[in-house]
Amino acid sequence: MATVKLSNLKKSFGKTDVIHGVDIDISDGEFIVIVGPSGCGKSTLLRMVAGLETVTSGEVQINGAGVNEMEPMDRNIAMVFQNYALYPHMKVFDNMAYGLKIAKTPKAEIAERVQSAAKLLQLEEYLMRKPRELSGGQRQRVAMGRAIVRKPDVFLFDEPLSNLDAKLRVQMRLEIKQLQRSLGVTSLYVTHDQVEAMTLADRMIVMNGGIADQIGAPLEVYANPQTEFVAGFIGSPATNFLPAALVSGAPAGTTVGVRPEHATLTTPDHGLVEGQVSYSEALGSETLVHLRLSSDAAFTVRQNGMEPAPEEGHACGVLWNSSDQMHFGADGRRIATP
Amino acid sequence: MEKRVTFKGWLLPICLLLPQVIVTAVFFFYPAGQAVWQSLFIPDPFGLKSQFVGLGNFEFLLGDPYYRAAFTTTAVFSILVTVASLGMALFLAVLADRLIKGSGVYRTLLIWPYAVAPAVAGVLWLFMFNTRVGVVSWYLGILGYDWNHVLNEAEAMGLVVAASSWGRVSYNFLFFLAGLQAIPKSVIEAAAIDGARFWTRFRTIVFPLLSPTTFFLLVVNIVYAFFETFGVIHTITSGGPQQATTILVYKVFADGFVGQDLGSSAAQSVILLVVVGLLTVIQFKFIERRVHY
Ligand SMILES: Nc1ncnc2c1ncn2[C@@H]1O[C@H](COP(=O)(O)OP(=O)(O)O)[C@@H](O)[C@H]1O
Ligand SMILES: [Mg+2]
Repeated sequence: MATVKLSNLKKSFGKTDVIHGVDIDISDGEFIVIVGPSGCGKSTLLRMVAGLETVTSGEVQINGAGVNEMEPMDRNIAMVFQNYALYPHMKVFDNMAYGLKIAKTPKAEIAERVQSAAKLLQLEEYLMRKPRELSGGQRQRVAMGRAIVRKPDVFLFDEPLSNLDAKLRVQMRLEIKQLQRSLGVTSLYVTHDQVEAMTLADRMIVMNGGIADQIGAPLEVYANPQTEFVAGFIGSPATNFLPAALVSGAPAGTTVGVRPEHATLTTPDHGLVEGQVSYSEALGSETLVHLRLSSDAAFTVRQNGMEPAPEEGHACGVLWNSSDQMHFGADGRRIATP
Repeated sequence: MEKRVTFKGWLLPICLLLPQVIVTAVFFFYPAGQAVWQSLFIPDPFGLKSQFVGLGNFEFLLGDPYYRAAFTTTAVFSILVTVASLGMALFLAVLADRLIKGSGVYRTLLIWPYAVAPAVAGVLWLFMFNTRVGVVSWYLGILGYDWNHVLNEAEAMGLVVAASSWGRVSYNFLFFLAGLQAIPKSVIEAAAIDGARFWTRFRTIVFPLLSPTTFFLLVVNIVYAFFETFGVIHTITSGGPQQATTILVYKVFADGFVGQDLGSSAAQSVILLVVVGLLTVIQFKFIERRVHY
């Protein structure tokens, strides 16, 4: 049972400001995903919550108490690292039991807790192995096991799946989600992968150069991006951006955003913009049609895989509902469309 | 894949190997062979003829209380030197590892003593602790301690141990620092989150992960203490007082070149060689198996 609150949290390394003030109120049991491109300060933010980085200004609260000055070991958190950070000289059992041993937990209880975590993570057969004798996925599970045996208040994950291959990543993503649901532990999860963010998060923080551009439920962020950056980062393929001058009726000086899935192809001279097909990618269930507009801007349309894909060089128009059209000001902020 | 260079013909590889082979032969195999040969003879007092005595030199040595004392002295001396130089180096490396800025400066400064020749290091320490003009002994005198390593056996041992360890600290420090920096930061952080404070982390994570480095340094330092400390001992104590600092390698010199008993001296060299060989084999057999994880 734990709540976490970040108030105007800032971090500078020397003169470089890395986090420019993040605010969020996380309720008990919530799964928060911090997502953003590499170098935007996600890890730094997480590490401040962990106590591995000092806080430059602002405050981290766990269960209502400020923890800025507290050492990591006093915060009752657990963290899963990208490289797993297992203790290479210890067996799997000892890796998981390490924290409990330090906390002077009775031996019988340690054995029982490690066993039940191992069972949950299907690691029972591997308890007597060293980390180097395990596959990537198994190491990942050991790292998870080490986190859950301690029954912490908060789980922190720093890109825990990035070192796994694509298939395993999808599987582990689901397992993490189910595990977190069943344990009900408040979690902060860092990733640069927007699919992971969309599938795991109760709420997500989209970070852009040290600023939390938007905080909200995944579908809300997708449907209603507050900045040009969020519109471009969340959703795949990425949102098309066009200068307002190209789209009739758009407020002057703004950037127009249209998601590929909201656009459809039509015959020339009937679209809102015109262009030529440069190439198509047929992915089976869907086809991505990449166009070069007459203004030389690129534009992607996503259509159902069953529809016939236009040939290269084919001239066509592009249409969309005006309600799907987004406008962003020069500062990148969303401008409400009347 | 291992990269292999293949040569056509024999001439070039032989030419490339020759310098090393010649150096090893002239400075190692030839003298070692001579030592073994000489250890079987006793030269007459004028050094004109020698008499074959078989293993007589060895028999005499093993029964000689002075020689046995030199064994004990060597054991004490090398354990002290190894422990002191490894301990100090590890301590400094841990401190330097915690620094983010300026560790380069420390590294550079700390490596300097390694560049000082043992004999020079010996003279340096001798000056500091000289019973009449030494800075340190003068301050000790003010504090009421009467330092005299010329007469006091324990003080003499302490001084040669300090002087011998001093130069080694640099060398060991570099290896320890590299070893520490090879430990992933996240492993240490994971341990911190798991509740381990500095000392617990050191004991349960850092030190075990450092064990291959420690093992390597252990071997190298013991060999150093056995052989290369000759210069330090020669300049500071000349093996005294009352042979209190006469380690095996010094006795080889003292008996052979000062005492002119070349047969015994040669026999001692042979024993020394065997002892160090054995020690190294034992270390590899027993410890190496335990340091890999
Ligand atoms: N210890 C540090 N010292 C100086 N700069 C750092 C340090 N750690 C991170 N940074 C900088 O802070 C920024 C954010 O880093 P990080 O939080 O690791 O990004 P992310 O996890 O989103 O990829 C980067 O520009 C990085 O170079
Ligand atoms: Mg990161």
